[in-house]
Amino acid sequence: MSDIKTSMFSRSSLRAYIMIVVLALIWIYFHWATNSIFLTPRNLSNLMTQMSVTGVLAVGMLMVIVSGNIDLSVGSVLGFAGGIAAFALNDLGYSLPIAIVLAIVVAVAIGVFQGALTAYLSIPAFIVTLGGLLAWRGGVKWLLGGNTIGLSDETFKAIGQNNIPLNVGWALAAVAILFVLFMAYRSARSVKDYGLGEVNYTGEFLKTIIPVGGIIVFIWVMNAYQGVPIPVLILVVVALIGAFITTSTTFGRYLYAIGGNADAARLSGINNKRNILKVYGILGALTGVAALIFTARVGSAAPDAGVLKELDAIAACVIGGASLMGGRGTVFGACLGALIMASLDNGMSLLNVSDFMQDIIKGSILVAAVGLDMVGKKQS
Amino acid sequence: MSLLEMKDIVKEFPGVRALDGVSFTLEKGEFHSLVGENGAGKSTLMKVLSGVYPAGTYEGDILINSEPRHFRNIRDSENAGVAIIFQELSLVKELTVGENIFLGQEPARLGIINWTELYHRASKLLSDLHLEIDPREQVGNLGIGQQQLVEIAKALSKNASILVLDEPTAALTESEVETLFIILRKLKSRDVGMIYISHKLDEVFEMSDRITVLRDGKTVGTQPASELTKDQVIAQMVGREVGDIFPKSKHELGDVALEVKDLTVYSPDVADKKLVDNISFSVRKGEVLGIAGLMGAGRTELLMAIFGAWQGKYHREIFVEGKPVSITSPLGAIEHKIGFVTEDRKRFGLILPQTILDNMTLAGLRSISGKFLTNRTRETIAANGPMKSLRIKANSPLTITGTLSGGNQQKVVLGKWLLTGPKILFLDEPTRGIDVGAKQEIYTEINKLAEQGMAIVLVSSELPEVLGLSDRVIVLHEGKMTGEFTRADATPERVMHAATGSA
Repeated sequence: MSDIKTSMFSRSSLRAYIMIVVLALIWIYFHWATNSIFLTPRNLSNLMTQMSVTGVLAVGMLMVIVSGNIDLSVGSVLGFAGGIAAFALNDLGYSLPIAIVLAIVVAVAIGVFQGALTAYLSIPAFIVTLGGLLAWRGGVKWLLGGNTIGLSDETFKAIGQNNIPLNVGWALAAVAILFVLFMAYRSARSVKDYGLGEVNYTGEFLKTIIPVGGIIVFIWVMNAYQGVPIPVLILVVVALIGAFITTSTTFGRYLYAIGGNADAARLSGINNKRNILKVYGILGALTGVAALIFTARVGSAAPDAGVLKELDAIAACVIGGASLMGGRGTVFGACLGALIMASLDNGMSLLNVSDFMQDIIKGSILVAAVGLDMVGKKQS
Repeated sequence: MSLLEMKDIVKEFPGVRALDGVSFTLEKGEFHSLVGENGAGKSTLMKVLSGVYPAGTYEGDILINSEPRHFRNIRDSENAGVAIIFQELSLVKELTVGENIFLGQEPARLGIINWTELYHRASKLLSDLHLEIDPREQVGNLGIGQQQLVEIAKALSKNASILVLDEPTAALTESEVETLFIILRKLKSRDVGMIYISHKLDEVFEMSDRITVLRDGKTVGTQPASELTKDQVIAQMVGREVGDIFPKSKHELGDVALEVKDLTVYSPDVADKKLVDNISFSVRKGEVLGIAGLMGAGRTELLMAIFGAWQGKYHREIFVEGKPVSITSPLGAIEHKIGFVTEDRKRFGLILPQTILDNMTLAGLRSISGKFLTNRTRETIAANGPMKSLRIKANSPLTITGTLSGGNQQKVVLGKWLLTGPKILFLDEPTRGIDVGAKQEIYTEINKLAEQGMAIVLVSSELPEVLGLSDRVIVLHEGKMTGEFTRADATPERVMHAATGSA
């Protein structure tokens, strides 16, 4: 496990370090500019909640981008799936679990459908999902009759608005820390089991300091306000699953191979088409999850829910080091990208920067991030 | 006064002298063929002539009508009357015939194209060549043969006095070849000098005034075609001894490992054009079967189709160890223990930005790691095997593949397939573009694998390589099997006869 991390890290380590430094600078600047409001538990809690929808989408989008594809329709699908959930609850009178499952199933079906058009009919992903962007937006308007459906189900709203109790937060932290320690032990043991040399238990233990410290600080900060918000918990779980898929499964490796060189992947016995279908299915599922968080957080399903969310997700991936040509990018980077975007949103709002200026600044930063990357690549 | 004189041309690439003092002349109205094995330097010479390699990157002189010329780019050479028609067509398929002919030199005033004039001139040009092609037809709708003729019309629109044709008939049907030759004869009567590069000696002898043979970047000789026989040309083309770099190795032949019956492969672009035509063969355990043939003979297509990777139509029967099997995808082939070291490692073999480890375990990932989860430790151990046995020079398995030398990259591709545990291994141009030391290491490995009982099918354009390694050689010419030789019978002359279809 530890050498997975090192190899994943070395692949994009420089980029990751730079992004972390950039994030730190942004935070320090906003903290100073907002007279020490930015880095308070309350604001950080809001910030994390704000990034959760984009973050969940970005994890799925990252996998699609790594495979050399794109999905422009996630914003519209998010709106449509949210509409389905609200419609099922309010108009059809279904129970909450059924409404949730229905929303996710619809989103997965849309993903698989669009993936099939791309993979098996060879219609470029850009075109298929551009069509989806229009069609599913139309779908949600039709479904809601152009109206906003308010939610009355408090349990549903809790998904987006509540926090987990403080002691449960600490309990989860304990579980997470035990897991980190167990993985470190396992990795040290595997070195011994496969006879790859002396086991360095102290070294492995030292490597766990940063993740363990991170978990403690995170829970402590969140609990200093109202506890970990449920959307944030969902994002963390999604990101961990995404990181696991991309680094530790054959499927994940195939995505990088297909995006890196589709011909070489195909000739190595990889079924490119089926894997592309799968990755769109996964993005669909995550879009469904994001739709539930979004709808619950807003407390209603609206015809314009999720507009431009696809671009936020793509921007998060790209800022986090993914290449739109495919074959390059990490879930960690995509989440970092989403966090940077959310920090800019949050900080500029605190500073009362006008709407149009926020958009101009965010757009410029996106282009600058990729531009710096290109300059760096040319020099090396 | 010669139309064209190229004197003592020397062109070097890092580590290779591609042209070593080649001289070549062309007269007005002459049809001069340039022949030689793959890699003899024909294309390099033509790239020097056309300015693809600009003046200063080579030594020697180019004179046109006795005037020294220094071409900085293709445009310069075009202005001097040199037009090249490359093997791969350089037409824009979405544009019309007329638009293509005048691409970049449209009759225009202030940037506004005079379409009437353009199509008028295009149709005059085409009718001069007696071509019944509508200048307003989209090029993509034409057959490959007609496209080739449009290319020639395009060259003539630039008032070319020197026309270079690089394998122009490779994709043509017989009747299209006839049309082409009628037009070329017409150009001859208009004093256009033509340089004709072809592997098809029948055509060369039918059309040529003189023939120049190149070998290993040197001119072997230039003689009037009437004073030469095909045998003499072939002898000049191969004229070198198979060196000692091939370790002598005795292979114990076992049972038949792979048998292929009635393999036919169709072109994905041209309907009903057969790239491989009804070929059957078998290979035994411990045997190296060489497949010789010139460019475009159908060797790669044959391997691709057996492997289930050809993206066009094909049909064949396959027997692995005597049992009929159905292979419809590369995964199916891998499951039947077939490995395929593909040609062009950058395009088909490797993911260059990824590590050696990632590349090496890609094809065998399921058996190395497990069906769903990867196991980095097991992968590292697996990759270390070929890293050591093939002596891949890299700091660690985590080195990025793109930073390796060509020879080491090729070894990574070989290692990738060894990790799938193959019993049958296809090798397509396994030593293209790598240095002699790495070549020899790969030869040694091939012999070692055969000694261990692997059945090996080796495709190579380098004749000495095929002859030096194979227990048996089959020869393809335009998709048909034109010869089969045992190691003892396979002389360079015989194989070349079969490969040029002049047996």
